[in-house]
Amino acid sequence: MENESNKILEEVTGSEYKYGFYTDIEMDQAPPGLTEDTIRFISAKKKEPDFMLEFRLKAFRHWQTLKEPEWAHVKYPRIKYQDLIYYSAPRKQPKYDSLDEVDPELLETFEKLGIPLDEQKALAGVAVDAVMDSVSVGSTFKKTLEEHGVIFCSFSEALQKHPELIKKHMGSVVPYRDNFFAALNSAVFSDGSFAYIPKGVRCPLELSTYFRINAANTGQFERTLIVAEEGSYVSYMEGCTAPVRDENQLHAAIVEIIAHKDAEVKYSTVQNWWPGDKEGKGGVYNFVTKRGICEGENAKISWTQVETGSAVTWKYPSLVLKGDNSAGEFYSVAVTNNMQQADTGTKMIHLGKNTRSTIISKGISAGRSNNSYRGLVKTTRNAENARNFSQCDSLLLGDQCGAHTFPYLDVGNRSSIVEHEATTSKISEDQLFYCMQRGIDMEGAIGLIVNGYAKEVLSKLPMEFAVEAQKLLSISLEGSVG
Amino acid sequence: MLSIKNLSASIYGKPIIKGLSLEVNAGEVHAIMGPNGSGKSTLASVIAGRETFDVDEGEISYMGKNLFDLPAEVRAREGIFMGFQYPVEIPGVSIANFMRTAINEKRKYLGLDPLTGAEFLKLMEEKKKMVDIQSKLTNRSVNEGFSGGEKKKNEIFQMAMLEPRLAILDETDSGLDIDALKVVANGVNKLRRKDNATVVITHYQRLLDYIVPDFVHVLYDGRIIKSGDKSLALELEEKGYDWVKKETA
Ligand SMILES: Nc1ncnc2c1ncn2[C@@H]1O[C@H](COP(=O)(O)OP(=O)(O)OP(=O)(O)O)[C@@H](O)[C@H]1O
Ligand SMILES: [Mg+2]
Repeated sequence: MENESNKILEEVTGSEYKYGFYTDIEMDQAPPGLTEDTIRFISAKKKEPDFMLEFRLKAFRHWQTLKEPEWAHVKYPRIKYQDLIYYSAPRKQPKYDSLDEVDPELLETFEKLGIPLDEQKALAGVAVDAVMDSVSVGSTFKKTLEEHGVIFCSFSEALQKHPELIKKHMGSVVPYRDNFFAALNSAVFSDGSFAYIPKGVRCPLELSTYFRINAANTGQFERTLIVAEEGSYVSYMEGCTAPVRDENQLHAAIVEIIAHKDAEVKYSTVQNWWPGDKEGKGGVYNFVTKRGICEGENAKISWTQVETGSAVTWKYPSLVLKGDNSAGEFYSVAVTNNMQQADTGTKMIHLGKNTRSTIISKGISAGRSNNSYRGLVKTTRNAENARNFSQCDSLLLGDQCGAHTFPYLDVGNRSSIVEHEATTSKISEDQLFYCMQRGIDMEGAIGLIVNGYAKEVLSKLPMEFAVEAQKLLSISLEGSVG
Repeated sequence: MLSIKNLSASIYGKPIIKGLSLEVNAGEVHAIMGPNGSGKSTLASVIAGRETFDVDEGEISYMGKNLFDLPAEVRAREGIFMGFQYPVEIPGVSIANFMRTAINEKRKYLGLDPLTGAEFLKLMEEKKKMVDIQSKLTNRSVNEGFSGGEKKKNEIFQMAMLEPRLAILDETDSGLDIDALKVVANGVNKLRRKDNATVVITHYQRLLDYIVPDFVHVLYDGRIIKSGDKSLALELEEKGYDWVKKETA
């Protein structure tokens, strides 16, 4: 009898397992939990080469030995890793038939951001009519890139078509041993993007402009790998100004950038994850490891980021300046409102001679939020004449929010020059009244002043991104004063 | 156009304006003079709708509307302009951007389409010429690093751009060299029309040689204690405020 029921149970669960995985493609997802089997399943599902599975398993075994880090300035409920779902196929079926069915609040935000109607539909998960024809846009784009020998595709595709490049570079900048979230990502990453710029090529297009709609759906464990060969140039944009709501609370991405001799990589990102409601409920936790390495002489990498979303953000885009005369830049605007918490910053590791780095960080806090900047500048013994300049500004709106700056310096070379400047300011009543006297209402005035404050960073963004980012800043702070 | 009746206003419980009345009609130029701390800037701020000041008594009507029903930005869009005694700096915001935002807000309020980039630039060039402001200035951040005189000229430029119905210029002449003073006065005179009015707050009768007022008022301790025509300003210059004080006491 007991045997019988066990058998039935097995059948039921087993078949569910079976159907869950192999038949119903739309519902294609792994059962909750994380074991070696989950990882084998993900890898098999994606038909990955063996080395990839091995990499994932090693990362997983390492992750199991780690404890989740705790930080003084970020608080959030414990994440139950065994309750999460680690693989879920991209949804192909539109959620809605028309925009009328979409949350009006979301549409209003799209409107304010000036996102074209067709993109609004795609972002909200509405069936898109043939008019947009994103396929043809995509293919002209691809063709131009191909002509220049630039590879730009999803991580999965790259694993199929260019496994040798992935094998060579993946994990070389952010090893899976790097930290808790990097290990987790390395074990279970879903997909991401791969860009490869061959020697001497100046990439003719801003990468990822045309793909942002798709990028909005790439899931919770993304991986980006950018390789710029000697003398090449690329400007890469990731993210999306439209608010991204996601049922997945935890996001742990990895971005790796490699710039060889004389190469330059500009990486820009605008992140607007759902921050949750006014109490911070339901918001996304964003734990990201981003790092670039200037491998060769005269290489240059710059990070430009505008962060307005997430309930909790933890990220420190970092740069290792290994090649002599290489340069690194970090430009950041981080906005926190309501109950948001952001702990961001950068690390600049100077290894080579005459290496230079610039850090411009602009924090904006409103509501009851907390915004921390944490930066490390390290110059090693061989880094003769290394130079760093850091400027960390905080702007406070109201008196219930917090801004914290933690600059760490680790100077291992006497000839290096490290400068740090920090300011904290408030929007004054004088400034607001001046704007209002000219006919600009309170929110418009705050938007204007905040954008002025962040201009140094916004001006580093590619043009079209910059315009959207400006609107985004204003919108993020709506209702924060008055 | 503007009718102030028995206005009393205070800040943090301290009375500043103490029962002031003033009538300004379209086409008129009024000058308000008075010693430091007498409440001139406060009066301007109250008319413009600054909320740090409390209105305790009285009424102000503007174009037939109760001014106290309108928030500051709406008063501005309705054509009230204040030239600030101490213009503030707004780092990172160019004058061009600032003005474009302001003008388009006003146009939106009036039910007009926003100006296109080209239309706006054309308007700006025109007004820059009119008030003789340097080309480069409009690309700079609002008032940031401006000299005292540049700040004041910038106020007049903004006034020219916004074409107000009622302009209140709070010591726009202070700190100007004689050439700049002429430029500012010229600007004001060029903008003068039958359907708008100007209130100039000043310490110097010199300005009134260039902007000829229809009325001169003396503001003293929160009240207008004497009004007259242009000759009153000359008399004040000669005899000082004590003279009026004694005369009205
Ligand atoms: N924000 C403030 N806080 C406290 N007191 C204020 C404030 N603003 C104005 N006052 C006071 O109100 C009084 C009138 O000030 P107001 O600026 O209106 O004078 P004014 O006539 O414009 O003087 P001036 O000729 O020096 O410009 C002064 O005693 C001043 O100290
Ligand atoms: Mg004054």
